[in-house]
Amino acid sequence: MENTKTGAIKQTPPVVPEKLEEKQYSILNLGPTHPATHGVFQNILKMDGEIIVDSEPTVGYIHRAFEKLAERRPYYQITPITDRLNYCSSPINNIGWHTTVEKLLQVEIPKRVQYLRIIIMELSRIADHLVCNSVIGVDAGALTGFVYVFEEREHIYEIFEEICGSRLTTNIGRIGGFERDFSDAAWTKIKRFVTEFPKVLKEFEKLLVRNRIFMDRTIGAGAISAERALNYGFTGPNLRATGVDYDVRVFSPYSGYEDFDFKIPVGTNGDTYDRFMVREEEIWESFSIIKQAIEKIEKLPGGVYHADVPEFYLPPKEEVYNNMEALIYHFKIVMGETDIPKGEIYHSVEGGNGELGFYLVSDGGRTPYRLHFRRPCFIYYQAFPEMIRGNLLSDAIVSMSSLNVIAGELDA
Amino acid sequence: MEDLLPVVEKKLRDKFPQDILTAEMMRDFPVITVKKDKIIDVVKYLYDDPELQFRFLTDLCGIHFPDNTGQELGVIYHLHNLPKNKRLRLRIFFSVNDAVVPTLTTVFSSANWLERETYDFYGISFKGHPNLKRIMNVDDMVGFPLRKEFPLEDPNREDKDDKMFGR
Repeated sequence: MENTKTGAIKQTPPVVPEKLEEKQYSILNLGPTHPATHGVFQNILKMDGEIIVDSEPTVGYIHRAFEKLAERRPYYQITPITDRLNYCSSPINNIGWHTTVEKLLQVEIPKRVQYLRIIIMELSRIADHLVCNSVIGVDAGALTGFVYVFEEREHIYEIFEEICGSRLTTNIGRIGGFERDFSDAAWTKIKRFVTEFPKVLKEFEKLLVRNRIFMDRTIGAGAISAERALNYGFTGPNLRATGVDYDVRVFSPYSGYEDFDFKIPVGTNGDTYDRFMVREEEIWESFSIIKQAIEKIEKLPGGVYHADVPEFYLPPKEEVYNNMEALIYHFKIVMGETDIPKGEIYHSVEGGNGELGFYLVSDGGRTPYRLHFRRPCFIYYQAFPEMIRGNLLSDAIVSMSSLNVIAGELDA
Repeated sequence: MEDLLPVVEKKLRDKFPQDILTAEMMRDFPVITVKKDKIIDVVKYLYDDPELQFRFLTDLCGIHFPDNTGQELGVIYHLHNLPKNKRLRLRIFFSVNDAVVPTLTTVFSSANWLERETYDFYGISFKGHPNLKRIMNVDDMVGFPLRKEFPLEDPNREDKDDKMFGR
């Protein structure tokens, strides 16, 4: 990463006295509903004045038993569950689930469908990172950038709306591809986004990247070393901010990411500023991937928007009414009568926050025998007490927003 | 280390001759089943071995097979060697009456909440865990919700009969 902290003042964390027993501490209850936590998190902080001595997070406030629910639902009905994991980037979860099932079924996906999916996933990664980065600004007192980039996020959601009809919890695509091809209006919106977005992001960066107040607030706040981060199971931008270049898109490519040319931005200190900068650079990389994908799609023959898997992909309605085979497939899919191969697979995608994994055990029934979501938030949020120990309360707030902990993903 | 499974299997069988139960490929994933009591030693060996270096715990979760008498419960570990980009799945199975597993928190800090979640869902106790209590559900909950016998619907309701749906 180039433009990090030259000339920045290195903050040293306040010294916590050794003989803790002799002192009196105050207990501060941060959350479960607090405007600065952006979600339902509770942290019981043990404070020495304004310095955090210890903290204990409590999670599970919006636990919805997704793994139990998934054991009772046919595969296509699990997609809406994945929406509600990381709801800032639902399409990545949806497509992650679809690619998992396709891996189990050993379906070959046409290149065009893979690239369409990449456009969707990278758009939602941009939306996810925009939310996170602008909210770090809000928590540090800079509301302007937040309001500014949310307009671009709105444009991304308009693209999703054009493709699948919904915006936040998208339920985008089907097992095998998409339910319909991208419309002309969708392509117009994507192309408008590609032309307009760089200017907005550059202006957003001008507001924060070299902003003295923002740098003083974020550099050194909530830092973690690469070694500890790996031990804590960090993935995604938070791990890359510590300097480890692990990215699922490169390490185990899925959906045709091996055809694309992009960099993995890394930080050095693993603090809030590095996490901000890594996400910022990743937005540029995602943007470049989208442009490459559009170019590649234009070279491919049009009209292909799903794989040829009649056992799992719903036929068009008019065929159901006029064609016996289509009617049978429609009935079998809707009633969950299709045979699913037995197997035990693990598949992961690079979600907005890191490695989003699906461990799927199928015993051949209509539903998964066991489905476990590897939720990146849940795994790295347990490092939070260690990261904020010895920091100020206001540092804890910016650290938390820079970790981008999403309550839906945390609690499943 | 092109083909991971033979390498790992040989090393583990040399080191733990009695404790490696099965070693197979499941699709693209090498899967090794080991004896419950040795799991931490195996993970530590995989962690420390200069060639294998499985130093990243990707995932840890429980599983329940009520029909496998004597081996009803299981814990699945996913390990990752990041520098060489090799993944490995370890499994242990044990009786529901003896659901006590040594904790992995001594090796990986990330195992802390994952083991709490597994305890919460399956009632598997992790011996030596620093803070083993429920994480997702309320503390005074009765039963372990991801075990197969735990009903999805409220068992006290009589107006809903879901025998026709699901498994």
